[in-house]
Amino acid sequence: MRISGAEAIIHCLLAEGVDLIYGYPGGAIMPLYDELYKFQHKLTHILTRHEQGATHAAQGYARVTGKVGVAVATSGPGATNLITGIADAQIDSTPMVCITGQVARHLLGSDAFQETDIIGISTPVTKWNCQVTKASEIPEVLAKAFYIAKSGRPGPVLVDITKNAQIDEFDFSYEHCKGVRSYNPYPKPNAKAIEEAANLINAAKKPFIVFGQGVILGEAEKQLKTLVEKAGIPAAWTVLGLSAMDTDHPLNVGMVGMHGNYGPNLLTNECDVLIAIGMRFDDRVTGSLDTYAKQAKIIHFDIDPAEINKNVKADVAVLGDSKVTLDLLLPLIKTNKHESWHNEFKEKYKIEFDQIIKNEVYPTKDKLTMAEVIEEINIASGHKAIIVSDVGQHQMITCRYAKFKQTKSNVTSGGLGTMGFALPAAIGAKMGAMDREVVAIIGDGGYQMTIQELGTIFQNKTPVKIVVLNNDHLGMVRQWQELFFESRYASTVMVNPDFVKIAEGYHIESKRISERKDLKSTIKEMLASKDAYFLEVKVEKEDNVFPMIPSGASVSDIRLK
Amino acid sequence: MEKKWFTISVYSENSVGLLNRISGIFLKRHINIESLNVSKSEIEHVSKFTIVVYTTEDWVRNIVGQVEKQIEVIKAFYHTDEETIYQESALFKVASTLLFDERNIQNIIKESNSQIVTVSRDFFVLAKSGRRNEIDDMYQQLKPYGIMQFVRSGRIAVTKSEMKISSLLKEFNQ
Repeated sequence: MRISGAEAIIHCLLAEGVDLIYGYPGGAIMPLYDELYKFQHKLTHILTRHEQGATHAAQGYARVTGKVGVAVATSGPGATNLITGIADAQIDSTPMVCITGQVARHLLGSDAFQETDIIGISTPVTKWNCQVTKASEIPEVLAKAFYIAKSGRPGPVLVDITKNAQIDEFDFSYEHCKGVRSYNPYPKPNAKAIEEAANLINAAKKPFIVFGQGVILGEAEKQLKTLVEKAGIPAAWTVLGLSAMDTDHPLNVGMVGMHGNYGPNLLTNECDVLIAIGMRFDDRVTGSLDTYAKQAKIIHFDIDPAEINKNVKADVAVLGDSKVTLDLLLPLIKTNKHESWHNEFKEKYKIEFDQIIKNEVYPTKDKLTMAEVIEEINIASGHKAIIVSDVGQHQMITCRYAKFKQTKSNVTSGGLGTMGFALPAAIGAKMGAMDREVVAIIGDGGYQMTIQELGTIFQNKTPVKIVVLNNDHLGMVRQWQELFFESRYASTVMVNPDFVKIAEGYHIESKRISERKDLKSTIKEMLASKDAYFLEVKVEKEDNVFPMIPSGASVSDIRLK
Repeated sequence: MEKKWFTISVYSENSVGLLNRISGIFLKRHINIESLNVSKSEIEHVSKFTIVVYTTEDWVRNIVGQVEKQIEVIKAFYHTDEETIYQESALFKVASTLLFDERNIQNIIKESNSQIVTVSRDFFVLAKSGRRNEIDDMYQQLKPYGIMQFVRSGRIAVTKSEMKISSLLKEFNQ
């Protein structure tokens, strides 16, 4: 089959099972867009309003489906606009393939119009990248791109394709990539390490599991649940581990980290065996490493050898896919109950409930709190919605209070903390899970970073529910200014536009509320809507998120106020 | 933790852009690459980077892990000076008149075990291989007479113990 490079790209995407991509056209990628036009019955292209939106939408899609998200952009500014999303996907291990157009081969290096060294720019934030300058190289490189993006610890891959390579014809054939000799995505589990891990777990008096997104990416949710239940171990999730287990599971003790729950943070420094599964001891989880779980034996399950001993030294490291390693571990685990140890978590929860949660979720003050909005969404959605959050106070409140019953239901920018992530990510999440409710929770700051994606929602009639928790501040930075910079509110006050009018401009049904009496009915109305819906909730302007581990402090120093 | 000299050996595919990818890992941690050499290795079509850094063992271990995780890197190792046999090479370009007028120059050539690569009417070139301090010594000795040009290569090193690369590749090919 003799076809152009651009048509070959389409056939490669179809062969990889791709039926939906996000992007934005431009000069150097026009041959591909011409083919997208011809193949629109097989491959849907969603035009976002900015290339960054395309990457976040692809990420949202990937996070809820487990499939590879695809984003396309032209050369130069189109390509550089992808970088934030790529960096986000890299640090949050999201499988994504980005295809960028590039100036023709003979112009490379000549500072041609819209030429930029996107390979050089994207290198530190991609799992792999590659420039294609000949049409005949396209199938092999794209096959490798998809394989690398999805396998092992997933991540973003960028393929930069010169315009001549899109135009030139060649004899097309396609073979899936089955391996790359210098790349070992699935380290073989070590039986001895698994036995040592089992021995430590079986002998532990106060074992504690902290799990992350590795459980979701490895699809090891069942194995995790079995381990937790069989060995009777309290388990806490990281921000990206959210939804890998039911929120209401009796042994789910909440979230670790800077704004995590009181018990799991405090008791990290009381446990005797810390079992980390598919998490990477991020600094927002550990606080000061010098005082982190020093009393405990550490067992670290991870697929990425570079994570072992990177931040926290493991006494036992179990390399491998979480599903495979947990399956090998489970038969060696003795049935156990650690009731008095578990009760310590319950006691700590009671303290946190009385001092914080009660006032947040069931407030008595006039102004609405963010947490009560989340709780109403929990109630109205029956814990079944996919919750997409942006970055800041509302994100931490969402992670603390949103409830989950189903895995792959939490989409947020964890590692990079990308404001502006949620609105486009929600579009991708919805398109990846049309049968599910997708609710985006966004702050007034982050919302305005990618607000133009309302156009994408309008054009595609994407029925996402958008909730802006508006405190007229960059709330998280304001909180830090209050606590650590003597309330000098430098550039954190936002004078905001009429968000409802903006949504109306895009013909999206919208409403603003500021009183408690309207909350329940409005959220019901929003979830009952079959179309996109925008809800602005005016919340208390100067609320703080607690508990909090100040940056660089020990998990033991978690503050309740 | 104490800082030491480490020699990092990276076996990789020979692909465009990999050097950038690897050096970026050092850049991220603000670590200066003291010397870098890229060449072919004992295995056909496999390249070898030899990188020298001065840092702690914790950091070098992390760096090697992050280097090894790059798709086109086959395997990366780090070793201390005691675990390797290593050398650098240097070229000295010196005015020819010195060779004839300064008796001491001939002594320096003899004692330093360096070779005369070429002699022309205007200049001659000395080559010296050895440890960094030997090359530095020779530099100091020649300096008073005037060095027209000087260049030193990156460190090249082999390890005393085996680096299991061939078996790794064999395993993949099976």
